[in-house]
Amino acid sequence: MNPYDIFSSHVRDNSPVALVTIIEGPGVGALLVVTPQGIAAGTLGNAEIDRVVSRDAVGELEAGRTIVRHYGPHGESTPEDLNDTQTVRVFIESFSPPPLMWIFGAVDFTAALARVAKILGYHVTVCDAREIFATRRRFPMADEVRVTWPTPMFEERGMRLGPRDAVCILTHDPKFDVPAIQGALATKAGYIGVMGSRKTHAKRLERMAEVGITSAADLARVHSPIGLDLGGRTPEETAISIVGEIIATRTGRQASPLSSSDGAIH
Amino acid sequence: MRELLDDIDRWRTAGKRIALARVVDIQGSGPRGAGAAMAVNEDGEVIGSVSGGCVESAVVTEALAILAGEQPSRVVTFGYSDDDAFAVGLTCGGIIHLFIQPLEW
Repeated sequence: MNPYDIFSSHVRDNSPVALVTIIEGPGVGALLVVTPQGIAAGTLGNAEIDRVVSRDAVGELEAGRTIVRHYGPHGESTPEDLNDTQTVRVFIESFSPPPLMWIFGAVDFTAALARVAKILGYHVTVCDAREIFATRRRFPMADEVRVTWPTPMFEERGMRLGPRDAVCILTHDPKFDVPAIQGALATKAGYIGVMGSRKTHAKRLERMAEVGITSAADLARVHSPIGLDLGGRTPEETAISIVGEIIATRTGRQASPLSSSDGAIH
Repeated sequence: MRELLDDIDRWRTAGKRIALARVVDIQGSGPRGAGAAMAVNEDGEVIGSVSGGCVESAVVTEALAILAGEQPSRVVTFGYSDDDAFAVGLTCGGIIHLFIQPLEW
């Protein structure tokens, strides 16, 4: 297989891969396909530069970073080695699997949220214990629909969730949402949000306390009631307010209008 | 680039020559980050975008010149409003660096 086919099959399989290309200096256009295991195809021109750059690319890939780095023609990377030599600029482009969104509760809000999450590139799993609601036909936009309770779901694959991933609990049902919150808090998920009115939220806090969720650190991780205060009502408007909050949580922004501030936008 | 793969595969199967343009760096404000990509085939068909519409037509011109062998694979920069050669700029005032190469690998 040629480098493109190896590269594209990794991207399609959602298996991490970095595409490493010389963009300036000797060997422009030469490339390497790098996976977490090392070089999968290609060469930048010699074994030394391949070894150094592929090692760096594995690091960038693990961090999910896309970046330009500089080397000498044989992979020299310290400032003194780079004196009096040509510079090779290398573009390391990381393709990490899509972030995950787990949505608990097969309700109308779920369909709207799943649609919006797909636009943002999430791999979406809808989970509900009620077989008649958790169907593919109701959620064709989801990547996966699972009929199960939260606890087994988190026990089985909670370790897959990381800082880029989101858990949205839309059930409103104490039988379901408290175990889901407990399960989500035991993961490294970057965002946990729970739907409900102010009243529901207050009652839920009591039930969370009964099962031992009381630490300030845990409570700060749980966004409840879920979403930004956009004043929307429909499932679609609510979905936008939820993903807005997910983005703002990741970037650490306040989600106020740009027109009311004057800092850098990006 | 993920979103371009289906069309690229179709073009490759049809034996079309393809140029790939990828954003490698952005200075200042830019609508799309590093990794945003578009592809142009020898017939001038275009998929993807790199800037939200500000520089795409100029990228197509560069890509076709590279496919025709009139220019080597190289980094092309847009956004220097004081340079006539690259008069096409980003409305947001940023500078965008793209690497354009034939997809022959």
